[in-house]
Amino acid sequence: MFESFLVVVRRDLTLAMRRRSDVFSTLFFFVIVVSLFPLGIGPELNTLRLIAPGVVWVAALLASMLALERLFATDFDDGTLEQMLLAPQPMFIMVLAKVTAHWLVTGVPLVLMAPLLGLQYDLNTEALGVLLVSLLLGTPALSLIGAIGAALTIGLRGGGVLVSLLVLPLCIPVLIFGAGAVEANISGLGEQGHLSMMGAILVISLLLAPLATTAALRVSAE
Amino acid sequence: MSSRLINWFKFSSPATFYPLAGKLIPWFTGIAVVLIAIGLYMSFFVAPTDYKQGEGYRIIFVHVPTAWMSMFIYLVMALWSGLGLVFNTRISAMMANALAPTGAMFTFLALWTGAFWGKPMWGAWWVWDARLTSELILLFLYIGFMALQGAIEDTRRADRAGAILALVGVVNIPIIYYSVTWWNTLHQGASVSVSKGSSMGETMLVTMLIMVLGFWSYAIAVSLARVRSLILERERDSTWVSELSEVRR
Repeated sequence: MFESFLVVVRRDLTLAMRRRSDVFSTLFFFVIVVSLFPLGIGPELNTLRLIAPGVVWVAALLASMLALERLFATDFDDGTLEQMLLAPQPMFIMVLAKVTAHWLVTGVPLVLMAPLLGLQYDLNTEALGVLLVSLLLGTPALSLIGAIGAALTIGLRGGGVLVSLLVLPLCIPVLIFGAGAVEANISGLGEQGHLSMMGAILVISLLLAPLATTAALRVSAE
Repeated sequence: MSSRLINWFKFSSPATFYPLAGKLIPWFTGIAVVLIAIGLYMSFFVAPTDYKQGEGYRIIFVHVPTAWMSMFIYLVMALWSGLGLVFNTRISAMMANALAPTGAMFTFLALWTGAFWGKPMWGAWWVWDARLTSELILLFLYIGFMALQGAIEDTRRADRAGAILALVGVVNIPIIYYSVTWWNTLHQGASVSVSKGSSMGETMLVTMLIMVLGFWSYAIAVSLARVRSLILERERDSTWVSELSEVRR
């Protein structure tokens, strides 16, 4: 079972490395969105410091929505998805593997890039660390929740917009606690509570989201 | 017990449910009209003026029932969705389908009346209070459900996909509600409290309950009518539909 998990992860990573532009487009979307806010709001560092956590988190949320479309689409088109559904290995593991690979390709670059963008907003080192940890806990949850939406909208016209419409409301808790953790750190309240909640959300979505995704895939690939 | 079970399943077939819904609609419409008329009369003329909020508070008799309905209908929708997934009955999915627009309308009404109430009381059309925010998110969930249903052409897939989405939403609602509450309290404290405590007068409570029952009957009547249209649309090729008197005409 663990072997099939590794096989799927390795396969998806190889595929992603063959088409690197997809990875970079998500990352640069994130960078550009975050860089646009100071242009719209003005270069006041005090204001920027205040909105930094929210801006980085909203941009991360949008960037992960952007990447969701490709999660199952290519596998559905070439029939791999049907083979996975027919395979003797549990689909739960396959879904988990696909989401893991997706997170490694789209989520991790965002996490690594975020402190650099935080510097543009004049966050201090401690807040940057909290931002990093909160994104590290939050982006896998975003990928897991997003996978449900991606699975529901496979092969539909205008699927990309629809995914955002379905998934964004469900991602609100992650956004609240992710941005909240950084804000709590800046204001001196302590980020511990927020980060614990993020961990809880991650664990719950790790357990439940693949189940819902599997059910949705079976409906969509019927 | 078992005979009851069989009875329930009897009406899970569109052919038996269609005439039943047709018979029920006039009743629920009548009850809705009467109860809402009584409720409106009581809320305008019978209920006493609030000593703190004056006459403006009277919108509570529409606002609170619509807010309750918006949440109840989502739960009922999820229940039908779950039943549809488990028993594979066609009517269940149609019921969920038919309830969604009514639920979205009640959610919108709750937000709208809330804005009208908020302007004189708090001096703002909208505040980022926890309840307002979670009601807004509920509206998004309804819209997502309807958008997904609309985007899928194959009705079977649309039903099942919508059912999964509704169930995922139900699991998420408490998480969203508590996270929003916590977010709000952490930010600015309770600068605005929507709850007025349990000091509500008896007449007010009775009026509100009458309005709730009226809205329930309205929701049932409207969704049954919508289910009937859905049945006709989906079963248009079957013989029992072509034998209906209203179709033959």
